[in-house]
Amino acid sequence: MRPSTGSLSLKPIKAREASSRPTMEQTESTQAQVTRYRLFLTFSRITLSGFGGVMFWARRTLIERERWLTEKQFVELLTLAQLVPGPPGLNLTVMVGYRFGGWTGAAATVSGFLLWPCLVVIGMGVLYQHYGALPQVQRALAGMSIVAAALIFSNFIKLAKVLPRRWRPWLFAVLAFVGVGILRWPLFWVVGTLAPLALFAAWKEMR
Amino acid sequence: MQRVDLSALFLHSLALWFVAVGGPSTILPDFHRYIVEANQLMTSTDFAELYTLAQAAPGPNFMYVTLIGWHLAGWAGAVTMTIPVLIPATTLSLLVSHLNERYPNAPMGRVINRGLAPLTIGLMCASSTLLMRTVNHDWRGYLLTLVTVTFVLRTSCNPLWLLAAGALAGVLGWV
Repeated sequence: MRPSTGSLSLKPIKAREASSRPTMEQTESTQAQVTRYRLFLTFSRITLSGFGGVMFWARRTLIERERWLTEKQFVELLTLAQLVPGPPGLNLTVMVGYRFGGWTGAAATVSGFLLWPCLVVIGMGVLYQHYGALPQVQRALAGMSIVAAALIFSNFIKLAKVLPRRWRPWLFAVLAFVGVGILRWPLFWVVGTLAPLALFAAWKEMR
Repeated sequence: MQRVDLSALFLHSLALWFVAVGGPSTILPDFHRYIVEANQLMTSTDFAELYTLAQAAPGPNFMYVTLIGWHLAGWAGAVTMTIPVLIPATTLSLLVSHLNERYPNAPMGRVINRGLAPLTIGLMCASSTLLMRTVNHDWRGYLLTLVTVTFVLRTSCNPLWLLAAGALAGVLGWV
Protein backbone atom coordinates (compact mmCIF):
# COMPACT_ATOMS: atom_id res chain seq x y z
CA MET A 1 0.00 0.00 0.00
CA ARG A 2 1.29 3.44 -0.82
CA PRO A 3 1.79 5.65 2.21
CA SER A 4 -0.27 8.43 0.68
CA THR A 5 -3.34 6.22 0.64
CA GLY A 6 -2.83 5.31 4.27
CA SER A 7 -2.77 8.95 5.25
CA LEU A 8 -6.42 9.30 4.40
CA SER A 9 -7.60 6.39 6.47
CA LEU A 10 -10.75 7.32 8.28
CA LYS A 11 -10.61 4.43 10.69
CA PRO A 12 -10.08 5.50 14.26
CA ILE A 13 -6.39 6.12 14.66
CA LYS A 14 -5.53 3.31 17.08
CA ALA A 15 -6.74 0.69 14.62
CA ARG A 16 -4.35 1.89 11.96
CA GLU A 17 -0.89 0.60 11.49
CA ALA A 18 1.34 2.99 13.29
CA SER A 19 4.70 4.34 12.19
CA SER A 20 3.82 4.50 8.52
CA ARG A 21 5.29 7.98 8.46
CA PRO A 22 8.23 8.53 10.75
CA THR A 23 8.73 12.01 9.29
CA MET A 24 5.33 13.24 10.32
CA GLU A 25 5.39 16.05 12.79
CA GLN A 26 2.91 14.56 15.17
CA THR A 27 3.63 11.45 17.13
CA GLU A 28 1.30 8.51 17.42
CA SER A 29 0.87 9.12 21.12
CA THR A 30 -0.66 12.55 20.66
CA GLN A 31 -3.03 11.13 18.06
CA ALA A 32 -4.23 8.28 20.21
CA GLN A 33 -4.82 10.41 23.28
CA VAL A 34 -7.45 12.75 21.88
CA THR A 35 -10.35 12.67 24.29
CA ARG A 36 -13.95 13.42 23.38
CA TYR A 37 -13.79 16.47 25.61
CA ARG A 38 -10.71 17.71 23.78
CA LEU A 39 -12.39 17.17 20.40
CA PHE A 40 -15.39 19.12 21.63
CA LEU A 41 -13.24 21.98 22.92
CA THR A 42 -11.07 22.15 19.82
CA PHE A 43 -14.04 22.41 17.48
CA SER A 44 -15.69 24.93 19.80
CA ARG A 45 -12.56 27.04 19.44
CA ILE A 46 -12.55 26.70 15.65
CA THR A 47 -16.17 27.65 15.26
CA LEU A 48 -16.03 30.58 17.70
CA SER A 49 -12.97 32.01 15.94
CA GLY A 50 -14.64 31.57 12.59
CA PHE A 51 -16.00 34.98 11.78
CA GLY A 52 -16.43 35.13 8.03
CA GLY A 53 -15.57 31.49 7.39
CA VAL A 54 -14.30 28.61 9.50
CA MET A 55 -11.83 27.00 7.10
CA PHE A 56 -8.99 29.36 7.90
CA TRP A 57 -9.28 28.55 11.61
CA ALA A 58 -9.81 24.85 11.03
CA ARG A 59 -6.55 24.75 9.08
CA ARG A 60 -4.64 26.76 11.64
CA THR A 61 -5.99 24.86 14.65
CA LEU A 62 -5.78 21.32 13.31
CA ILE A 63 -2.38 21.66 11.63
CA GLU A 64 -0.44 24.23 13.62
CA ARG A 65 -1.96 24.31 17.07
CA GLU A 66 -3.06 20.75 17.76
CA ARG A 67 -0.92 19.05 15.12
CA TRP A 68 -3.54 16.39 14.54
CA LEU A 69 -3.17 16.59 10.77
CA THR A 70 -0.38 17.41 8.38
CA GLU A 71 -0.94 20.04 5.72
CA LYS A 72 -1.33 17.27 3.12
CA GLN A 73 -3.84 15.30 5.18
CA PHE A 74 -5.86 18.45 5.78
CA VAL A 75 -6.00 19.24 2.06
CA GLU A 76 -7.06 15.68 1.27
CA LEU A 77 -9.86 15.76 3.84
CA LEU A 78 -10.94 19.20 2.66
CA THR A 79 -11.13 17.99 -0.94
CA LEU A 80 -13.43 15.18 0.12
CA ALA A 81 -15.47 17.49 2.33
CA GLN A 82 -16.09 19.73 -0.67
CA LEU A 83 -17.18 16.85 -2.89
CA VAL A 84 -19.98 15.81 -0.58
CA PRO A 85 -23.25 17.76 -0.64
CA GLY A 86 -23.77 20.06 2.30
CA PRO A 87 -21.58 22.50 4.18
CA PRO A 88 -17.87 21.68 3.67
CA GLY A 89 -17.01 22.86 7.18
CA LEU A 90 -19.47 20.47 8.76
CA ASN A 91 -18.39 17.58 6.52
CA LEU A 92 -14.79 18.18 7.58
CA THR A 93 -15.85 18.30 11.23
CA VAL A 94 -17.59 14.93 10.93
CA MET A 95 -14.61 13.34 9.17
CA VAL A 96 -12.04 14.59 11.68
CA GLY A 97 -14.20 13.60 14.65
CA TYR A 98 -14.76 10.13 13.23
CA ARG A 99 -11.11 9.72 12.44
CA PHE A 100 -9.98 10.53 15.98
CA GLY A 101 -12.82 9.01 17.96
CA GLY A 102 -15.25 6.98 15.88
CA TRP A 103 -18.94 7.82 16.15
CA THR A 104 -18.71 9.39 19.59
CA GLY A 105 -15.75 11.43 18.40
CA ALA A 106 -17.84 12.73 15.50
CA ALA A 107 -20.65 13.52 17.95
CA ALA A 108 -18.15 15.47 20.08
CA THR A 109 -16.74 17.53 17.22
CA VAL A 110 -20.17 18.25 15.72
CA SER A 111 -21.55 19.35 19.11
CA GLY A 112 -18.63 21.70 19.66
CA PHE A 113 -18.90 23.01 16.11
CA LEU A 114 -22.64 23.72 16.21
CA LEU A 115 -23.62 24.40 19.82
CA TRP A 116 -22.14 27.90 20.18
CA PRO A 117 -23.11 29.29 16.76
CA CYS A 118 -26.64 27.98 17.35
CA LEU A 119 -26.86 29.85 20.64
CA VAL A 120 -25.43 33.00 19.05
CA VAL A 121 -27.83 33.03 16.10
CA ILE A 122 -30.79 32.30 18.37
CA GLY A 123 -29.70 35.24 20.52
CA MET A 124 -29.67 37.28 17.32
CA GLY A 125 -33.16 35.98 16.52
CA VAL A 126 -34.41 37.20 19.91
CA LEU A 127 -32.85 40.62 19.39
CA TYR A 128 -34.22 40.79 15.84
CA GLN A 129 -37.75 40.12 17.05
CA HIS A 130 -37.46 42.80 19.74
CA TYR A 131 -35.50 45.50 17.96
CA GLY A 132 -35.61 44.58 14.27
CA ALA A 133 -38.30 47.15 13.55
CA LEU A 134 -36.43 50.14 15.02
CA PRO A 135 -35.54 52.61 12.25
CA GLN A 136 -31.80 52.70 13.04
CA VAL A 137 -31.61 48.91 13.17
CA GLN A 138 -33.56 48.69 9.93
CA ARG A 139 -31.10 51.02 8.20
CA ALA A 140 -28.08 49.11 9.50
CA LEU A 141 -29.59 45.81 8.41
CA ALA A 142 -30.44 47.21 5.00
CA GLY A 143 -26.82 48.23 4.46
CA MET A 144 -25.49 44.92 5.76
CA SER A 145 -27.87 42.95 3.56
CA ILE A 146 -26.57 44.66 0.44
CA VAL A 147 -23.05 43.63 1.45
CA ALA A 148 -24.15 40.05 2.26
CA ALA A 149 -25.74 39.69 -1.19
CA ALA A 150 -22.63 41.16 -2.79
CA LEU A 151 -20.48 38.62 -0.94
CA ILE A 152 -22.29 35.72 -2.61
CA PHE A 153 -22.03 37.52 -5.93
CA SER A 154 -18.26 37.89 -5.41
CA ASN A 155 -17.94 34.18 -4.72
CA PHE A 156 -19.87 33.52 -7.89
CA ILE A 157 -17.44 35.68 -9.88
CA LYS A 158 -14.42 34.00 -8.28
CA LEU A 159 -15.71 30.56 -9.26
CA ALA A 160 -16.87 31.63 -12.71
CA LYS A 161 -13.42 33.04 -13.52
CA VAL A 162 -11.83 29.60 -13.21
CA LEU A 163 -14.53 27.64 -15.05
CA PRO A 164 -13.03 26.34 -18.31
CA ARG A 165 -13.96 28.42 -21.35
CA ARG A 166 -15.78 25.63 -23.13
CA TRP A 167 -19.42 25.47 -24.08
CA ARG A 168 -20.43 22.44 -22.04
CA PRO A 169 -19.63 23.64 -18.49
CA TRP A 170 -21.17 27.01 -19.26
CA LEU A 171 -24.27 25.38 -20.66
CA PHE A 172 -24.80 23.53 -17.39
CA ALA A 173 -24.15 26.71 -15.38
CA VAL A 174 -26.70 28.63 -17.46
CA LEU A 175 -29.28 25.83 -17.22
CA ALA A 176 -28.94 25.71 -13.42
CA PHE A 177 -29.26 29.49 -13.21
CA VAL A 178 -32.28 29.68 -15.51
CA GLY A 179 -34.08 26.74 -13.88
CA VAL A 180 -33.62 27.90 -10.29
CA GLY A 181 -33.07 31.66 -10.62
CA ILE A 182 -35.49 32.65 -13.38
CA LEU A 183 -38.09 29.93 -13.86
CA ARG A 184 -38.04 29.32 -10.06
CA TRP A 185 -38.41 25.58 -10.48
CA PRO A 186 -37.79 23.44 -7.37
CA LEU A 187 -34.03 23.13 -6.93
CA PHE A 188 -34.26 19.48 -5.96
CA TRP A 189 -35.56 18.53 -9.40
CA VAL A 190 -33.30 20.91 -11.29
CA VAL A 191 -30.16 19.59 -9.61
CA GLY A 192 -31.53 16.03 -9.58
CA THR A 193 -31.84 16.21 -13.38
CA LEU A 194 -28.75 18.23 -14.22
CA ALA A 195 -26.27 16.60 -11.82
CA PRO A 196 -26.33 13.10 -13.39
CA LEU A 197 -26.06 14.63 -16.87
CA ALA A 198 -23.20 16.91 -15.82
CA LEU A 199 -21.37 14.05 -14.12
CA PHE A 200 -21.83 11.83 -17.15
CA ALA A 201 -20.51 14.57 -19.44
CA ALA A 202 -17.48 15.14 -17.21
CA TRP A 203 -16.82 11.41 -17.05
CA LYS A 204 -16.99 11.03 -20.85
CA GLU A 205 -14.75 14.04 -21.29
CA MET A 206 -12.07 12.61 -19.01
CA ARG A 207 -11.89 9.16 -20.52
CA MET B 1 -48.62 34.77 7.42
CA GLN B 2 -49.60 31.15 7.64
CA ARG B 3 -49.03 28.53 10.30
CA VAL B 4 -45.79 26.62 9.81
CA ASP B 5 -46.00 22.94 8.88
CA LEU B 6 -42.82 21.75 10.56
CA SER B 7 -42.77 18.21 9.20
CA ALA B 8 -43.12 19.46 5.63
CA LEU B 9 -40.40 22.04 6.28
CA PHE B 10 -38.16 19.30 7.68
CA LEU B 11 -38.61 17.07 4.63
CA HIS B 12 -38.12 19.92 2.20
CA SER B 13 -34.96 20.99 3.96
CA LEU B 14 -33.64 17.43 4.12
CA ALA B 15 -34.16 16.95 0.38
CA LEU B 16 -32.34 20.21 -0.29
CA TRP B 17 -29.28 19.35 1.77
CA PHE B 18 -28.85 16.13 -0.15
CA VAL B 19 -28.50 18.13 -3.36
CA ALA B 20 -26.54 21.05 -1.85
CA VAL B 21 -23.69 20.81 -4.31
CA GLY B 22 -21.10 23.48 -3.64
CA GLY B 23 -22.24 24.38 -0.15
CA PRO B 24 -24.97 26.18 1.73
CA SER B 25 -25.43 29.30 -0.38
CA THR B 26 -26.43 27.28 -3.44
CA ILE B 27 -29.72 26.13 -1.91
CA LEU B 28 -30.72 29.54 -0.60
CA PRO B 29 -32.96 30.30 -3.62
CA ASP B 30 -35.07 27.24 -2.89
CA PHE B 31 -35.47 28.04 0.81
CA HIS B 32 -36.66 31.44 -0.39
CA ARG B 33 -39.02 29.86 -2.91
CA TYR B 34 -40.48 27.50 -0.32
CA ILE B 35 -40.65 29.82 2.70
CA VAL B 36 -41.38 33.20 1.11
CA GLU B 37 -43.02 32.51 -2.24
CA ALA B 38 -44.90 29.22 -1.95
CA ASN B 39 -45.94 29.29 1.71
CA GLN B 40 -45.63 32.99 2.59
CA LEU B 41 -44.22 32.29 6.02
CA MET B 42 -42.18 35.52 6.07
CA THR B 43 -41.45 38.50 3.85
CA SER B 44 -38.59 38.55 1.40
CA THR B 45 -36.95 41.38 3.35
CA ASP B 46 -37.11 39.40 6.62
CA PHE B 47 -35.56 36.45 4.83
CA ALA B 48 -32.69 38.55 3.49
CA GLU B 49 -32.11 40.24 6.86
CA LEU B 50 -32.04 36.95 8.76
CA TYR B 51 -29.59 35.55 6.21
CA THR B 52 -27.43 38.65 6.69
CA LEU B 53 -27.52 38.50 10.51
CA ALA B 54 -26.33 34.91 10.43
CA GLN B 55 -23.39 35.90 8.24
CA ALA B 56 -22.27 38.25 11.00
CA ALA B 57 -22.26 35.42 13.58
CA PRO B 58 -19.24 33.24 14.28
CA GLY B 59 -19.28 29.70 12.95
CA PRO B 60 -20.14 28.03 9.68
CA ASN B 61 -22.12 30.09 7.18
CA PHE B 62 -25.10 27.77 6.97
CA MET B 63 -26.42 28.97 10.33
CA TYR B 64 -28.90 31.14 8.48
CA VAL B 65 -31.17 28.10 8.30
CA THR B 66 -31.18 27.78 12.11
CA LEU B 67 -31.98 31.47 12.49
CA ILE B 68 -34.78 31.32 9.92
CA GLY B 69 -36.18 28.23 11.65
CA TRP B 70 -36.08 29.98 15.01
CA HIS B 71 -37.82 33.02 13.58
CA LEU B 72 -40.55 30.81 12.10
CA ALA B 73 -41.31 28.59 15.07
CA GLY B 74 -38.95 29.14 18.02
CA TRP B 75 -36.86 26.23 19.27
CA ALA B 76 -38.90 23.65 17.37
CA GLY B 77 -38.26 25.59 14.16
CA ALA B 78 -34.54 25.91 14.86
CA VAL B 79 -34.26 22.14 15.40
CA THR B 80 -36.40 21.42 12.33
CA MET B 81 -34.08 23.42 10.11
CA THR B 82 -30.79 22.31 11.71
CA ILE B 83 -31.15 18.50 11.92
CA PRO B 84 -31.50 18.10 8.11
CA VAL B 85 -28.05 19.67 7.67
CA LEU B 86 -26.52 16.94 9.80
CA ILE B 87 -27.99 13.95 8.02
CA PRO B 88 -26.16 14.14 4.67
CA ALA B 89 -23.04 15.44 6.43
CA THR B 90 -22.83 12.38 8.66
CA THR B 91 -23.94 9.74 6.14
CA LEU B 92 -22.54 10.89 2.80
CA SER B 93 -19.23 12.31 3.98
CA LEU B 94 -18.30 9.12 5.83
CA LEU B 95 -19.48 7.00 2.91
CA VAL B 96 -17.39 9.02 0.46
CA SER B 97 -14.37 8.86 2.77
CA HIS B 98 -14.65 5.09 2.98
CA LEU B 99 -14.98 4.80 -0.79
CA ASN B 100 -11.99 7.04 -1.25
CA GLU B 101 -10.01 4.93 1.18
CA ARG B 102 -10.89 1.73 -0.62
CA TYR B 103 -10.42 3.07 -4.15
CA PRO B 104 -7.79 5.79 -3.68
CA ASN B 105 -6.97 6.03 -7.36
CA ALA B 106 -10.52 6.18 -8.69
CA PRO B 107 -11.18 9.31 -10.73
CA MET B 108 -14.44 9.83 -8.81
CA GLY B 109 -13.27 12.99 -7.10
CA ARG B 110 -12.15 14.73 -10.25
CA VAL B 111 -15.28 13.73 -12.13
CA ILE B 112 -17.49 15.11 -9.35
CA ASN B 113 -15.47 18.30 -9.14
CA ARG B 114 -15.56 18.93 -12.83
CA GLY B 115 -19.13 17.84 -13.33
CA LEU B 116 -20.70 19.75 -10.48
CA ALA B 117 -18.68 22.98 -10.55
CA PRO B 118 -20.88 24.47 -13.31
CA LEU B 119 -24.03 23.74 -11.30
CA THR B 120 -22.53 25.41 -8.23
CA ILE B 121 -21.74 28.47 -10.33
CA GLY B 122 -25.22 28.69 -11.82
CA LEU B 123 -26.84 28.31 -8.39
CA MET B 124 -24.57 30.90 -6.75
CA CYS B 125 -25.56 33.32 -9.49
CA ALA B 126 -29.23 32.56 -8.78
CA SER B 127 -28.72 33.09 -5.02
CA SER B 128 -26.94 36.38 -5.36
CA THR B 129 -29.26 37.90 -7.95
CA LEU B 130 -32.28 36.87 -5.87
CA LEU B 131 -30.90 38.54 -2.74
CA MET B 132 -29.68 41.59 -4.64
CA ARG B 133 -33.13 42.13 -6.13
CA THR B 134 -34.63 41.94 -2.65
CA VAL B 135 -32.24 44.28 -0.85
CA ASN B 136 -31.15 46.83 -3.47
CA HIS B 137 -33.72 49.55 -3.96
CA ASP B 138 -31.87 52.10 -6.06
CA TRP B 139 -28.52 52.96 -7.67
CA ARG B 140 -26.90 53.64 -4.30
CA GLY B 141 -27.48 50.04 -3.29
CA TYR B 142 -25.87 48.81 -6.50
CA LEU B 143 -22.97 51.19 -5.94
CA LEU B 144 -22.37 49.56 -2.54
CA THR B 145 -22.64 46.17 -4.26
CA LEU B 146 -19.99 47.20 -6.74
CA VAL B 147 -17.67 48.53 -4.01
CA THR B 148 -18.07 45.31 -1.99
CA VAL B 149 -17.38 43.07 -4.97
CA THR B 150 -14.29 45.11 -5.85
CA PHE B 151 -13.00 44.82 -2.28
CA VAL B 152 -13.55 41.07 -2.17
CA LEU B 153 -11.88 40.45 -5.51
CA ARG B 154 -8.96 42.86 -5.04
CA THR B 155 -8.15 42.50 -1.33
CA SER B 156 -8.22 39.71 1.22
CA CYS B 157 -10.11 41.67 3.83
CA ASN B 158 -12.35 39.79 6.28
CA PRO B 159 -16.00 39.85 5.16
CA LEU B 160 -16.98 40.86 8.68
CA TRP B 161 -15.43 44.31 8.12
CA LEU B 162 -17.38 44.69 4.91
CA LEU B 163 -20.61 43.79 6.74
CA ALA B 164 -19.74 46.38 9.40
CA ALA B 165 -19.07 48.95 6.70
CA GLY B 166 -22.45 48.11 5.16
CA ALA B 167 -24.16 48.62 8.52
CA LEU B 168 -22.44 51.98 8.91
CA ALA B 169 -23.42 53.06 5.39
CA GLY B 170 -26.99 52.09 6.26
CA VAL B 171 -27.07 54.00 9.56
CA LEU B 172 -25.61 57.08 7.87
CA GLY B 173 -28.41 56.88 5.32
CA TRP B 174 -26.16 56.37 2.30
CA VAL B 175 -28.06 53.37 0.98
